[in-house]
Amino acid sequence: MGPGRGAELILEQVGKQFGDKHALRRVNLVVKRGEFVAIIGRSGCGKSTLLRLAAGLEEPTSGRILVDGEELRGLNEKARVMFQDARLLPWRRVMDNVGLGLKGEWEPKALEVLEQVGLADRADDWPTVLSGGQRQRVALARALISHPQLLLLDEPLGALDALTRIDMQRLIERLWLEQKFTALLVTHDVDEAVMLADRVILIEDGVCTLDVPVRLPRPRQRGDAAFADLVDTILRRILGTKPEERAIASVSIGEKRRAL
Amino acid sequence: MKLSRWTGWAGGKAVPWALPIGLLAAWQAAAAAGWLSSRVLPAPTDVIVAAWNLASNGELWKHLSVSFWRALTGFAIGGSIGFLLGLLNGVFRPAERLLDTSIQMIRNIPHLALIPLVILWFGIGEEAKVFLVALGVLFPMYVNTLHGIRNVDAGLLEMGRVYGLGPWQLFWRIWLPGALPSILVGLRYALGIMWLTLIVAETIAADRGIGYLAMNAREFMQTDVVVFSILLYALFGKLADSIARFLERRWLRWNVNYQHI
Ligand SMILES: Nc1ncnc2c1ncn2[C@@H]1O[C@H](COP(=O)(O)OP(=O)(O)O)[C@@H](O)[C@H]1O
Ligand SMILES: [Mg+2]
Repeated sequence: MGPGRGAELILEQVGKQFGDKHALRRVNLVVKRGEFVAIIGRSGCGKSTLLRLAAGLEEPTSGRILVDGEELRGLNEKARVMFQDARLLPWRRVMDNVGLGLKGEWEPKALEVLEQVGLADRADDWPTVLSGGQRQRVALARALISHPQLLLLDEPLGALDALTRIDMQRLIERLWLEQKFTALLVTHDVDEAVMLADRVILIEDGVCTLDVPVRLPRPRQRGDAAFADLVDTILRRILGTKPEERAIASVSIGEKRRAL
Repeated sequence: MKLSRWTGWAGGKAVPWALPIGLLAAWQAAAAAGWLSSRVLPAPTDVIVAAWNLASNGELWKHLSVSFWRALTGFAIGGSIGFLLGLLNGVFRPAERLLDTSIQMIRNIPHLALIPLVILWFGIGEEAKVFLVALGVLFPMYVNTLHGIRNVDAGLLEMGRVYGLGPWQLFWRIWLPGALPSILVGLRYALGIMWLTLIVAETIAADRGIGYLAMNAREFMQTDVVVFSILLYALFGKLADSIARFLERRWLRWNVNYQHI
C-alpha cells in the first residue's frame, strides 16, 4: 500500500471512562479508506476523547479500535493530529516545525508542503509572528509532510474568523482530494461538517446517535438549497431533542441563512 | 548627518551615563577641595592610582584569579547540581515526591549562616569558599529549572508524541527549550548570589582574593584599595549580568518578550 492511500478505522463498542465518569459509552464506527467523516456534538460529549483514542494517546476502557484490521496498541503511527491550537513549537522556525521528527533530507519536502499551503515565503519566520490562520496552515503542512494515512482534526478551525475558515476548508478539501488520506474531523459547526464530509456523525451522551451521508457533489456551495436543507435537518435533529429548544433552533437556522 | 548622529547618541546612549559621570565629577571636586577626608572616601584619581599600582606589581592578578577560580568552580558545581535536580524532579514525578520537600527544607537555611560551621569543617581553605558558593547557587538554579520544566505546555508534549518524537527528542526539542526562559532567570539570579557569597566568604575568612584584598587594606587604612575592591565586585556583577543577558538574547530569540532587549 503506497503513501497517500487512506487507512481504515473501526471502533467496536468503544468506551472510555475517567474515574467513574463516562466520556464515551459504546461507540461503533467504521471509517472506510479515504473517507471523510465529520463528528459533531455538544461541547463535552466526548469528541476529543474519541480522536485521542484513535490517535492512540489514550486507551479505551472497553471495546477495541482496529486500524487496517489490526488492534491499535500504543500510538497510532499511521495517524497525524491537527489540534485546535496549532501547537507549533515557538522556538523553532516555521520550516523546522514542519520537519519536526523527520530524518534524512526533509528540507525540500518541507518547502514543498509549505508551498501547498501557500506559506513557502514564511519558511524562516518564527511562529509567533504568524496569524492564527497561517499557524493552522503550518500545522496542516506539518501533519501532511509525512503522508499520514489517517488525519485526525480536532476543531482545527474553531478559533479562526469566518473568512479564513472558509479558505482553510477549501484547502483541506483540496489536499484531501489530492492525497486520499482518511479524515476524521471534529467540529461544532454543522455547516463545516456538511461542507467537507462524506458522512456526518452525531455523538450524544457517549454514543453515536446519528449517521447522515452527505451525497452533495463537490465542490459544495453554501448557497445551494440541498446544502441548506441538510444543514437544517441536522441542526433540527441536534437541537430538537429537547422540545422547548425547537423554536430557538429554527430561529438560529433562519439567522444562519441570512448570514450566508 | 554628523550632527544627527551625535544628537542620536546623546539622546540614546549617553543619557543613562549622565548621572554617574556627574556624581563622579562632584566626588572628585569634593575630595580635591578637602571637603571629603581620604579616610572616608579617597578621590577617584587616588582609586585609579591604587588600581594602577596593584596591577603593575602583580598583586591584582593574584587576587583576581583566585576569586575567579572560586566563583566559577562553585558556580559550576552548585549550578549543575541544581540544574540536574530541577530537570530530574520536573520530568519525573516520583523523584519530585522523594526529593522536593527535603530540598525545600535545606533551601530555607540561609547558606551564609553556615559560615561558622563551614570554617569548622574546611578551615579557611578553598573548599570552604567553593562549598558556600556552590550551596548558594544551587537553589536558584534548582527552583527555576523545576518551575520551567513544570510549566512546559502539556499540549506541545502531546503533539511531540503524536509526531513521533522519542524521549530524547522530546527532551531536547520541547522540555528544555520550553523551560529555558525560566532556567535563564535562575542563571541570572545564581550569578548574583555567586558574587555575593564570595564577597562575604572572602571578607570573613580568606588569605587571598578580592575580599581579602579589601579587608587587608582596611587594616592599613588604605581606603583607595578598599574602594577599588568594591568597584571590582561591582564590575564583575555587571559582567555576570551581561553574560546572562547575552544568553537570553541568543537563546530566546523566538520569544517576543526578548526580541527588543
Ligand atoms: N483526562 C481527563 N480526565 C478526566 N476527565 C476527562 C479527561 N478528558 C476528558 N474528560 C471528560 O470527558 C468528557 C468529554 O471530553 P471531551 O472529549 O474533551 O469533549 P469534547 O471534545 O466533545 O468537548 C468531558 O466531560 C471531560 O470533562
Ligand atoms: Mg474537544
